[in-house]
Amino acid sequence: MKNYEIRLSGSGGQGLILASIILARAAVIDKRHVTQTQSYGPESRGGSSRADVIISDREIYFPEAMNFNCLLALTQEACDKYLFDLRDNGILIVDTTFVKNIALAADNTYELPFTDIAIERLGSAISTNILALGFLVRLTKVVKEESLEISLRQSVKPAFIDLNLKALQIGYDLADQCTSGSKK
Amino acid sequence: MSKAKENTKTAAPKAKTKAKAKAEAEVKVPGPLEELEQKHERKNVLMQGNEAVAYGALDAGCNFFAGYPITPSTEIAEILARELPKRGGVFIQMEDEIASICAITGASLAGAKALTATSGPGFSLMQEGIGFAKITETPCVVVNVQRAGPSTGMPTSPSQADIMQARWGSHGDSPAIVLYPDSVKESYELTIRAINLSEKYRTCVILLLDEVIGHMRESVLLPDLRNTRVINRIKPNVPPHWYKHYDKDQKYLSPLASYGEGYRFHVTGLTHDSLGFPTNKAAEGAEMMARLRNKITYNIRDLVQIESHQMEDAKIAIFAAGITARSAKAAVAIARSEGIKLGLLRPLTIWPFPDEAVRKMLQNVEAVIVPELNQGQFIREIKRLTKDKTEGTVVGLTKVNGQMLTPNEILSKVKEVM
Repeated sequence: MKNYEIRLSGSGGQGLILASIILARAAVIDKRHVTQTQSYGPESRGGSSRADVIISDREIYFPEAMNFNCLLALTQEACDKYLFDLRDNGILIVDTTFVKNIALAADNTYELPFTDIAIERLGSAISTNILALGFLVRLTKVVKEESLEISLRQSVKPAFIDLNLKALQIGYDLADQCTSGSKK
Repeated sequence: MSKAKENTKTAAPKAKTKAKAKAEAEVKVPGPLEELEQKHERKNVLMQGNEAVAYGALDAGCNFFAGYPITPSTEIAEILARELPKRGGVFIQMEDEIASICAITGASLAGAKALTATSGPGFSLMQEGIGFAKITETPCVVVNVQRAGPSTGMPTSPSQADIMQARWGSHGDSPAIVLYPDSVKESYELTIRAINLSEKYRTCVILLLDEVIGHMRESVLLPDLRNTRVINRIKPNVPPHWYKHYDKDQKYLSPLASYGEGYRFHVTGLTHDSLGFPTNKAAEGAEMMARLRNKITYNIRDLVQIESHQMEDAKIAIFAAGITARSAKAAVAIARSEGIKLGLLRPLTIWPFPDEAVRKMLQNVEAVIVPELNQGQFIREIKRLTKDKTEGTVVGLTKVNGQMLTPNEILSKVKEVM
């Protein structure tokens, strides 16, 4: 895998930057080259937010993802804005809780109501980011799952580790269900 | 002072036993690098640019920070607020940036290695104080993580618009040493270098960061702390009554006493004589100005650092610093794969300007592209060095919408001039 570009997009407060840091740290544990960048407004909640992770075997020059291998969109706005930069055969993952229309039919589209699932199974939307991250990693295998778990333990407060590991597992399971034919 | 020196010296060898380490904890504070190694069990870590600046400062012996938090530099203050007190250092959140620069200058005169971090609006407020640090030849470091401007501008968006301000922002023809990293790892290294140069040349050194580099996280293979060279200011070796605060006999790098060590000296922002007292005499004024200027110009080879990337056979060159140099490197890689002989000249020290390297570049290439996230600042310097029309054409590429220049934008410019 030469260069794998991932964009996590949505709105401020959905935890996308934290998810990107966890993913990037996992890549470091895998001893890969990685850059993690973000773009967000001055507000801590609301406003559009995105985070890019590039994982490579070589030195990464330009740190912003331009031609994604994988795009995660948690809001309609993000999906509309970034979908056209997804490369051919790129993987599109959308949260149907908020994304109602997909402007372009991508080959590898996964549509799941991540936020609704998080509320239903974990009692709150707070872990949607990790749930979606688990889904993304099981699907793309961009980092080792052991590394992701180590990274998660290093990145969140001890009180929230169990909740997030649970979210990660739900994400893994959903990915397994999708790939075993019951693609939604 | 000596405490900071001790820390960096003793931080390297790993403690043999836990009990022993505990006993020696008084003197052996592990350096942040070692802490990181222990924490992550490897040298390769995921680190943010601002984090790298904070740990670089600590590893260079910084023991005093005064500042006013501002996006996109806040993490530097945040980390130092946590780490400095642990190491016996001082962190003060000041009422504003004017007070911050004054506090670090004062702390430095009392022997501390002092640093502050800010962004555009704070950097503007600091200009008067920076001039004071320069005329009083007081070592200190100001980190400016640039945001888009003018005024409060776009706090979370990148810009490279403070290049000229870092040189000319303070009135009165002051000297300037300004460093500009292009990666997280280099942010760590250049912070150490900035503190070293401030101690060596007794001046305020400025470290310019791009918002993207300040906020970006990268896999960083940190250099071994044992190979890190830490420079401390030269102390006077004369009795107090012989001490001259600005000793002209010492090749412009004169010893510096600290308040509280028995040495008495006068510090003023007015033009001063070698003892530090105000003077209106033309000869003494000229001498002081020559001293400020010459410590830069006489040591230009020590100060200037550049990176030549694929320049050996380049027909077209890009001159870029910071994050734009990263876009440029990507552009060079694409161009080379298409058979275009493109190279990059990247200054790590932007002031003093690398005149010699730029002249050489201008002689060897057909065209120079100067991409920058402002409305044309570096390009003025390149054009200043263009002798006549026989040399390569100089073409600017600017962007001021709060976004980075992409490799493709640079590449299209290259193809335009081909």
